[in-house]
Amino acid sequence: MKVKQVSVFIQNKPGRLVAMLEVLKAKGVNIRALSVAETTDFGIVRMILSDTSLGAAALREADFTVKETTVLKQEIPDNPGGLLETIARPLTKAGINIEYFYAYLDTSPGKATIVVKVTDPDEAEKVLGR
Amino acid sequence: MIWNTKYETMSRKELEELQLERLKVQVSRVYEKIPFYQQAFMERGITPSDIRSLADLARLPFTVKQDFRDNYPFGLLAVPMEQVVRIHASSGTTGKPVVAPYTAGDIDMWAEVMARTLASAGMTKNDVMQNAYGYGLFTGGLGFHYGGERLGATVIPTAAGNTKRQIMLMEDLGTTVITCTPSYSLTIAETALEMGVDLKSSKLRLGVLGAEPCSEQMRQEIETKLPIKAIDIYGLTEMVGPGVSVECPHQCGMHIFEDHFLAEIINPETGEQLPYGELGELVLTTLTKEALPIIRFRTKDITSLNPEPCKCGRTLVRMSKITGRTDDMLIIRGVNVFPSQIESVLLEVEGVEPHYIIVVDRKRHMDTLEIQVEVSEDVFSDEARKMEELENRLKDEMESTLGINPVIKLVEPKSIPRTVGKAKRVYDRREL
Repeated sequence: MKVKQVSVFIQNKPGRLVAMLEVLKAKGVNIRALSVAETTDFGIVRMILSDTSLGAAALREADFTVKETTVLKQEIPDNPGGLLETIARPLTKAGINIEYFYAYLDTSPGKATIVVKVTDPDEAEKVLGR
Repeated sequence: MIWNTKYETMSRKELEELQLERLKVQVSRVYEKIPFYQQAFMERGITPSDIRSLADLARLPFTVKQDFRDNYPFGLLAVPMEQVVRIHASSGTTGKPVVAPYTAGDIDMWAEVMARTLASAGMTKNDVMQNAYGYGLFTGGLGFHYGGERLGATVIPTAAGNTKRQIMLMEDLGTTVITCTPSYSLTIAETALEMGVDLKSSKLRLGVLGAEPCSEQMRQEIETKLPIKAIDIYGLTEMVGPGVSVECPHQCGMHIFEDHFLAEIINPETGEQLPYGELGELVLTTLTKEALPIIRFRTKDITSLNPEPCKCGRTLVRMSKITGRTDDMLIIRGVNVFPSQIESVLLEVEGVEPHYIIVVDRKRHMDTLEIQVEVSEDVFSDEARKMEELENRLKDEMESTLGINPVIKLVEPKSIPRTVGKAKRVYDRREL
């Protein structure tokens, strides 16, 4: 299903990550899923938050550069081949490109959750099913 | 609106006759009263009576900033101290400042050229002018202040700083004109955005911006972010302060008040005068100053002069936008580049915020150039690849347009210091 992901630009400077996390804690916003893409000078922290609009607004107010993007959150079976057969193969077959993805273990036993950014979220939703 | 039609629309012929008359008087005065000039004239074997035409200007000695330092504080003063009613001083980043004394007559002339300046920008006595230039020794504050009052407008002397308060006053007092540096106008725009104030619904419509260089692209950024027409002005403490030249509403060059300041363009290496239209160093001679008359001051500013009549009706020569100073040109691995060029290229790329710094260094005997640019929400992407693409695009533009190979570093918003006065954008860490 489609969800909103919050991404934040963090410079590779000591204290910046801590500052960002403090903002979220202060507002009582919980991070449900997290991934970081880093380059030499900066990192892009991508998160699924317990409260997207509250978290994004708080971060913006603290002068962070924030972007909200639509990504897909899908449950997959937590066993070998789970990611391959549930997500990767179907999307590739449908010609939908995967920009990035990350995973986390959720509460359902035997299941994992994949967060995936694709070029065409609507088409991907059809392919993968809600 | 033209404040003084007599002098601003005079025929070139009449103007030149007036200039020669005034030049002769100035030359006699400096020869008589200022030992520094007397000596400089004698070294060249000339006396005031040798000045018979404007062409003879080329025979006179130049004055440079160092001459002000060598004659600090009152070596160039042409009147007794009791006639001096005010003293201003320049920011002078190194060593002693330039000291500029004024007689009552000078203050009056200054108010006159500033009234002309504001009128040329499109201001009238019905305007409410918020003066956010620094007040004090800096000529910007009081220069604009007296000009606004001479014009008959309502002047609010907020000076620079206290930006949130400035914006509140802007809304509450009905400010129509803001006068400040270009970099401060960006700070005002940014702060208003943060405050949730929409200046587009205020009465603000005009900005008269100067005291630091500003590329055409930067000016367009300012005009997008603030609901103003941004008029460029030029001046320097050694001449009087602001009030040497200003754009008219057509924004096609700055008209120099030639009845008070005689302008020439020279080749900065040889000192030779250059014809109209050619880029070179601007040299200015005061024609009416009493306390501090200055002959052929080398401004180090690079520009060209255009004597063609302007659509506004003024016959005063126009100087093109200053592209750089003879001393702020950077030489990076043998390539000559002006910070203003870097600015132009940066701001051409869509979405790039006008907050940047240039850091030049030398690592292992090689010059390095790093341009730090702030990220804005517009250019930020959740995909690292897209950010890299932006860095590469900027790098490619710099390479193809300027022949330089910079490292582009994207930094967080607000990490580059904001200014209320002149912005410092170049950090040259090389020990040359």
